[in-house]
Amino acid sequence: MTLLQRPVLVLLLLVTHHLLQCWIAFGSVDEEGQKQEEFNEELLLKPLPDRKVLAHFHFQSSAPPSTSNGRHHHLFPKAISQLVQKFRVKEMELSFTQGRWNYERWGGFDPIASSNAKPPGVELWAVFDVPQHQVDASWKNLTHTLSGLFCASINFLESTSTYSAPEWSFPPASGNLRYGTLPREAVCTENLTPWLKLLPCRDKAGLAVLLDRPSIYRGFYHSQRLHLTSTASGSKGTDSGIILKQALTVVLQPIQPNGRRASMDHAGEKRIQPSWSLSSIFGKQVRGRCVLAKSSNVYLQLDRGLVAELKHIHKENEKSVANGLTSENFWTYPSFELSASPDRIVIEENSFHGKSSSILYNFQVEKYTESEPLDLGLTWKIPVVWSCQSAPLHSSRFLMGSGNERGAIAISLKSTQLWEGFMGAFDNNERCELQVDVFQVVPWYVKVYFHSLQVFIDQQPKAVSDVIEKIHVSPSKDKVSPGMMEMVLRLPCRVKSAALTIEFDKGFLHIDEYPPDANQGFDIPSAIISFPNFHASMFFLEDGSLNKSPLLSKFQEKSPVMSYTEVLLVPLTTPDFSMPYNVITITCTVFALYFGSLLNVLRRRVAEEERFLKDKATKKTGQLPLLLSKLSAKLRGRPWEPPHSPPSSSSFISSKLVFKVILVAGLAVGWQYYFS
Amino acid sequence: MVKQKNKTASFSFWNWVIASIIFRLILIYFPKNLNLASRPEVSTPLTSFRRLAEGYWLKQLSMSPYAGSMYHGSPLLLSLLGPLTVQRIEGQPNHLLYSLVSVIADVVSAILIRATGKNLRLVYLRSLESLDIVKQTKASEILSPGDAAALIYLWNPFTIVACVGLSTSPIENMAVILCLYGACSRLVPLAAFGWVIATHLSLYPAILIIPVIFLLGCGPDAPPRKLFLQKNHKEEVLNKSKLPLGFSWRPITHFAFWALLWSAYVLALCGISLQQFGGLWEMFKSTYGFILTVEDLSPNIGVLWYFFAEVFDFFRNFFLIVFHVNILFMIIPLAIRLHHRPCFLAFIYIAIFSMLKSYPSVGDSALYLGLLGWFVNELADIQFSFFLFCGYVGVSLLSPVMHTLWIWRGTGNANFYFATAMVYACLQIILVVEGVSAMLNHDRKLRNLTTGKPQDAKS
Repeated sequence: MTLLQRPVLVLLLLVTHHLLQCWIAFGSVDEEGQKQEEFNEELLLKPLPDRKVLAHFHFQSSAPPSTSNGRHHHLFPKAISQLVQKFRVKEMELSFTQGRWNYERWGGFDPIASSNAKPPGVELWAVFDVPQHQVDASWKNLTHTLSGLFCASINFLESTSTYSAPEWSFPPASGNLRYGTLPREAVCTENLTPWLKLLPCRDKAGLAVLLDRPSIYRGFYHSQRLHLTSTASGSKGTDSGIILKQALTVVLQPIQPNGRRASMDHAGEKRIQPSWSLSSIFGKQVRGRCVLAKSSNVYLQLDRGLVAELKHIHKENEKSVANGLTSENFWTYPSFELSASPDRIVIEENSFHGKSSSILYNFQVEKYTESEPLDLGLTWKIPVVWSCQSAPLHSSRFLMGSGNERGAIAISLKSTQLWEGFMGAFDNNERCELQVDVFQVVPWYVKVYFHSLQVFIDQQPKAVSDVIEKIHVSPSKDKVSPGMMEMVLRLPCRVKSAALTIEFDKGFLHIDEYPPDANQGFDIPSAIISFPNFHASMFFLEDGSLNKSPLLSKFQEKSPVMSYTEVLLVPLTTPDFSMPYNVITITCTVFALYFGSLLNVLRRRVAEEERFLKDKATKKTGQLPLLLSKLSAKLRGRPWEPPHSPPSSSSFISSKLVFKVILVAGLAVGWQYYFS
Repeated sequence: MVKQKNKTASFSFWNWVIASIIFRLILIYFPKNLNLASRPEVSTPLTSFRRLAEGYWLKQLSMSPYAGSMYHGSPLLLSLLGPLTVQRIEGQPNHLLYSLVSVIADVVSAILIRATGKNLRLVYLRSLESLDIVKQTKASEILSPGDAAALIYLWNPFTIVACVGLSTSPIENMAVILCLYGACSRLVPLAAFGWVIATHLSLYPAILIIPVIFLLGCGPDAPPRKLFLQKNHKEEVLNKSKLPLGFSWRPITHFAFWALLWSAYVLALCGISLQQFGGLWEMFKSTYGFILTVEDLSPNIGVLWYFFAEVFDFFRNFFLIVFHVNILFMIIPLAIRLHHRPCFLAFIYIAIFSMLKSYPSVGDSALYLGLLGWFVNELADIQFSFFLFCGYVGVSLLSPVMHTLWIWRGTGNANFYFATAMVYACLQIILVVEGVSAMLNHDRKLRNLTTGKPQDAKS
């Protein structure tokens, strides 16, 4: 009976599951032809020049504007749609990053580097669709909500001294933009789990299965990102359409089986790049797509530089071997081997990058099943050396000066050898200029002197007005708002290096304002250097099916090349944390000394003084013996009498003293009696 | 013969003045001003040159100079001195023009101090004459207080450091001295102008209105009026001409009128220069408000910065009130006791507020130490004078050492530096207390001399 029951149950489950899936997938299509909620999952893999592998997961959920659905969503995470509705978020991006993107080696010009490389810690920016005066309140609520949602201390961005409102240097420039970073936020699996919960299949199926915690946190760089855009619909009653893009970028080191040999010929210039596969870098394989996903693709990207290098090698081979290969079956190069055959090859249409274009191999996950998992691997056969395309200027930032009183921040921009490809575009112009936007936020305890801004071009000091076309500064207010600097630099094209320096004084905080480990120092968030003249976009040969892929369409978006500089660590002087009581008491003592002694000098009467002096003159005794005799007299209980020639008033004093003593004694007796 | 002597004295005075100017210029020509401009002893948030430059830069960018918490000075100073912060002459030190302004301010202050001192000396001699005790005190009449005070002011290392360190305190000091000079020489508009500007620049000189009123009402320092009355009574001669003038209200109403006029003028100018920004309210908030709330906790030679860095937040307001009331509290007792000596009263007030102010600098100490010279004759037998001198020298040597140990080398601790600040405060307290005490004793001595009592064992 039981034996029979089980298959039936399984069958039943399968049928209902299938029905459900059909209903979910096509349920809303027939109603007035509305767009339906969609979910796409994609993974991009890319070998990096320094023997590492980049994996970029891109999950996109979209909820179209609709009236029919109301507050109900099939696929779209409810938490996010509520958040968008409640705070009227127009656009928002939240990123959790650990490690630093290596712009020199991993590239700075392609869409991944320029829009997915983020500064360490948490970065949050949001544009609100509310009137100006409500923006700050919305921001505060948003930070609290997000901190609850992602188990992170994003709520520290609530205070006005941590966030700023860039006016034009940050790409989605708008008056309702708020930008804040927490450079020291530790990012770990507790932030990833809520992020994965937003996916319809979580990490149970589809590409997210690959996100095995130990292997991704072992990587060199890890950045999880959540970007949402809401398209406000016409009437107020309807929901706004939301597009939620969740991206996770990791840079991993493939585990080499022959690690020893690789390290042995380290000195040799050409090494075979490590071979890798999904199972070797993630420890998992893709066993079918997430059934709720509309599309599920894996791409393998070969960089422009790599393709050029391969072509070069290929040509050499052609000369020697002379068995030419057409560009159609490009993947069957003798230089490397793919473990799975790609379903499609997408070649970038090169607009003006001159040399070559990158190639994407597409693998559709639908074809792979539990029994036949996709374990994409790349095996190199010959050593290849290439370099990634970097941004026009390589930017770095450092601190100058020593001591804990003052210092200077320097941003240095060094030219990369990108220019050959672009010179043609600018040749017509007489004055070839390179526009660089700099956006820098400094916390209030780093008191920047904006007038001390200096510009050096090719190590020569230049007048600030010659180079800086536009500058916007909002100076920091103590304990209220951070300092912000937005600049547009116009550099000559053939510039070798440029540097900006700006001086600052280090602030002194109240003891309560220091974090627990005060001597570690304070962080200055990354500066953002962007190049508005350059667009990190790739154009692909027009193909109808391409538009369906959100990842590729995102690559085609025109966005300026951006890079983040390093986070700076500024040590600040600390007071003695254990001393508040001592300081309070000592200071108050000094004040009391001042007050008491001055008042004493002022109220000292002359007659009394003269009498003292006369006494002194007659007796030639100091004041101390006088006091002592007084004290001893008091101790013995006898009224004090001056030893010689008692003045007329002494009897009066003694009677007064006796009276006082009796009074005090009487009071004491009465007190004792009354309370016992 | 006497004239000749006077001439040589004045000649040597001018020599010293020129020497001090040359000395300052030599220091100015040192590279980077010997880094004095960024010393905490010289530049407080209120007097710092770099902050002034920052405020001017912001203003040039058509932003409010008070945007951000950098600049806390007057908008007038910004309009007058701001352009000098950016002007450079080829081959000359960076801020030569600005330094020259400081030097001129110092010299003008010294000249005014000298004039006032001479005035004081005349009055002093006249009062001694009217009391018929000139002979008894002749022995101590060697020094001319004007020259002494002016030279002390010019050659005080504190003044030199404040001048070369590009702080704005020479100008603030000049305003205070202008006020006292005007009041001493009965130039009511000048006194009112000095008082208004000094108050506008650094708030604390507002309490100088009391000595100024006494100065205008009854004239410069003299022995107590009671003495003259006693003397006249004793001699049974009603010599009205020998009596010092009684309190007259006329100059005071004049002063009030002029003070109102000048302050309206100054406020109007400030209002015009801040028209496109936050207006006067913003100015008051970030100048006087900044002074009164001790927002900036960067170290200086005072004691309040460390106190407010350490004190618990819920006591902060209480202690703010206590410390500021401490300045105000002594005003009335001192005014009652020293009303016959308004210049000395002003000196004591200046000493008190430069000790207890929120952001003290050596420039403030330079002012009262210079004014101390006015009373060389009266304060001749001040107690602990050698100790005080040694203390000042010691603190001014130790304080930079402790600061370097703490801030630059990291081997010291904040407490080291705070300890020197504490000692410095104690020294100033002793100076004030002993100064007052010596002055009261001096009055007693004069009375004893007039009443014919034998001088007691005090001296």
